[in-house]
Amino acid sequence: MTALSNTWFAERLGDHGIHSQYLEDHHPAHMPCLEIRRLDWADAAEEAKRLEMRFVAVWAALAGRHDDAKTLYSYMAFAHPEHRHVLLRTPLQEDNPEVLTISEHYIAAYRMERHMQDMFGISIKDMPDTRPWIKHEHWKADAHPLLDDFDGHSPMQPDAGRAQVDYDYVSCESESVYEIPVGPVHAGIIEPGHFRFLAVGEKILNMEERLGYVHKGIEKSMQGRTASDGLMLAGHISGDTSVGHSWAFAQACEYAADVMTSKRCDYIRGILCERERIANHIGDIGAICNDAAFAFMHVQCSRLREDMARLHHDVFGHRLLMNTLTLGGVAHDVSEEACQKLIQQTRDIAVEVEHLRAIYADTASIQQRVIGAGIVGVDDAKDIGLLGYVGRASGHEADERIEEAYAPYDELDIAIPKGEQGGVSTRVWVRFEEIASSSRMIIQMLENLPKGSIQTDWVAPEAGVSGFAAIESWRGEIAAWVRFGTDGLIDRYFVRDPSVINWLGLELAVRTVPVPDFPLVNKSFNCSYSGHDV
Amino acid sequence: MLRILQQISKIGSITEPLKSSEAFEVMGAELKDAIRKHFQGSLAIRLVDAGSCNGCELEIHAANNAYYDIERFGVHFTASPRFADMLLVTGPVSINMKTALEMTYDAMPSPKLVLAMGDCAANCGVFGKDNYAIAGSVADIIPVDAVVHGCPPTPTDLIQAILALLNAT
Ligand code: SF4
Repeated sequence: MTALSNTWFAERLGDHGIHSQYLEDHHPAHMPCLEIRRLDWADAAEEAKRLEMRFVAVWAALAGRHDDAKTLYSYMAFAHPEHRHVLLRTPLQEDNPEVLTISEHYIAAYRMERHMQDMFGISIKDMPDTRPWIKHEHWKADAHPLLDDFDGHSPMQPDAGRAQVDYDYVSCESESVYEIPVGPVHAGIIEPGHFRFLAVGEKILNMEERLGYVHKGIEKSMQGRTASDGLMLAGHISGDTSVGHSWAFAQACEYAADVMTSKRCDYIRGILCERERIANHIGDIGAICNDAAFAFMHVQCSRLREDMARLHHDVFGHRLLMNTLTLGGVAHDVSEEACQKLIQQTRDIAVEVEHLRAIYADTASIQQRVIGAGIVGVDDAKDIGLLGYVGRASGHEADERIEEAYAPYDELDIAIPKGEQGGVSTRVWVRFEEIASSSRMIIQMLENLPKGSIQTDWVAPEAGVSGFAAIESWRGEIAAWVRFGTDGLIDRYFVRDPSVINWLGLELAVRTVPVPDFPLVNKSFNCSYSGHDV
Repeated sequence: MLRILQQISKIGSITEPLKSSEAFEVMGAELKDAIRKHFQGSLAIRLVDAGSCNGCELEIHAANNAYYDIERFGVHFTASPRFADMLLVTGPVSINMKTALEMTYDAMPSPKLVLAMGDCAANCGVFGKDNYAIAGSVADIIPVDAVVHGCPPTPTDLIQAILALLNAT
């Protein structure tokens, strides 16, 4: 861990006449939080854009223990490949919480700004899209769940008068354009969300997403939980990313509390996270092929995934690796015998996947479907800031295992695939490459597993202290910010699943794609609904 | 093509008896009989995720993999509630999914069975009932015939629960 504070962005802002103040109660120092004046808000975002920083998130929080009693703060975070993450915040006016939009500079901000509008009633000035987002039509107009005076503990009653109100979808007057509404309940075994297609003939003219159906009030529900109770909840933000979300939450807490995890713990967390990556990639490759009627791959891939789940149950006590992290540690140590089993299986699976990959590459019928389908160009990917394998398939290779290089990745040989074509086949290619690279890392970690304890004592920090972490989960970067209140209880938690950003890429990818190709393209993204809706 | 066939014959059949216990085998046979009798050999299930974290969905997928192969009992998942015999619901019911769940239930022909899957569906699980965004457990919203606990329930738990529910009907 670098103890030196990272002043790079503060200096750049200073050059630009934007004064910023370093907050002492935020950790870690290499991902600082700077307070700026409200009138500099959008300019600071513009400056970040000019410096080619990647947009991470924008969110809001009520004042913490160290802040002015009633003020609401707006936060945003950016990342630079060399200069790492930086958080900015600004106090909003008490009687009229209002802030300028930054989506003019970073388009990916606009749904998060709508979320701030829904949750806090903050008005975002000059927004390109002011429609409510998570706040569905039946919510009462004055319901802003993250404000203090909102009753978060009993089910919210709908506004009966608004039951028939529909979301204001993008529409088209032309007679040759027809609409296809899909969802929220989808045809397969998947999560709920609504897609509104505008189609001309066979082709999609526009696809609009309407999400928020599985909103579970996680941000509010976190408030007042102990950190270990919170960790359990974080592990269920998106069930397929239990390790990723638990790690992001735990690391943000550990940074805040200045708790150093042991090397053995870091390695085991790395093994868990990479195994989660492989399991999901294998499952998805099978599912993508299945959507193009290549059932053979699906059957083979789900067999491998099941083999992994069974070993996970034996070694880590859970088929989906849930509840495997603790604050300051991991829940299960890896015995010598388990270590050998994991090495063996990881090797076997890597070999089997390569074999299947050769079959996949040689099968013309699947290749014809995946090549050239659902393309996101390199410029668009960078503009949106697409994450994980979706970004890497379109030349945007942000990877926190390299940029943040948190332990254990600072000691591992990471190979990051980078594609340029940006279609379904490239996303599949990236996933195959990642399976190979993660397998090598897992074996490297298991063969060099440091000795020692798996648990460091956890002591919650004092009230008002916050921590931020960025973890490369299998879908991409998870950004988590935690602030503590009195008695070691959580007072605010914000998390941005990579899906929040990648969902935007899907809307672009399916333009001019034939309608029947939508499931295929969608699967190749496989964004989380639950992780998005929180 | 040749390689595909080679791979298929190399792996062979991996489908397992559900549990080595004899009682379970009897139950499996009973299930097939029950499905043959009540549902003409095929039980169509419609899944609604009413707010899950997607962990339960992963295990439903797993129940379809070659090891468990839930289809061998005549159970299959359908895209429409219109021809579903059973509604499988996962997750706590979020306030934003409540209407969709009710509409799906109403769209099913009677008689219909409802199985609530997972601790969330049973009692809102980790998300809790004391939460503004959660309308309630599944039974708070629609009539439920059986519940299978677990976070998430394993594929074996799920298959057993379906069998038990049918045997009870
Ligand atoms: S029961 Fe567990 S796995 Fe299933 S939806 Fe709830 S939290 Fe997720």
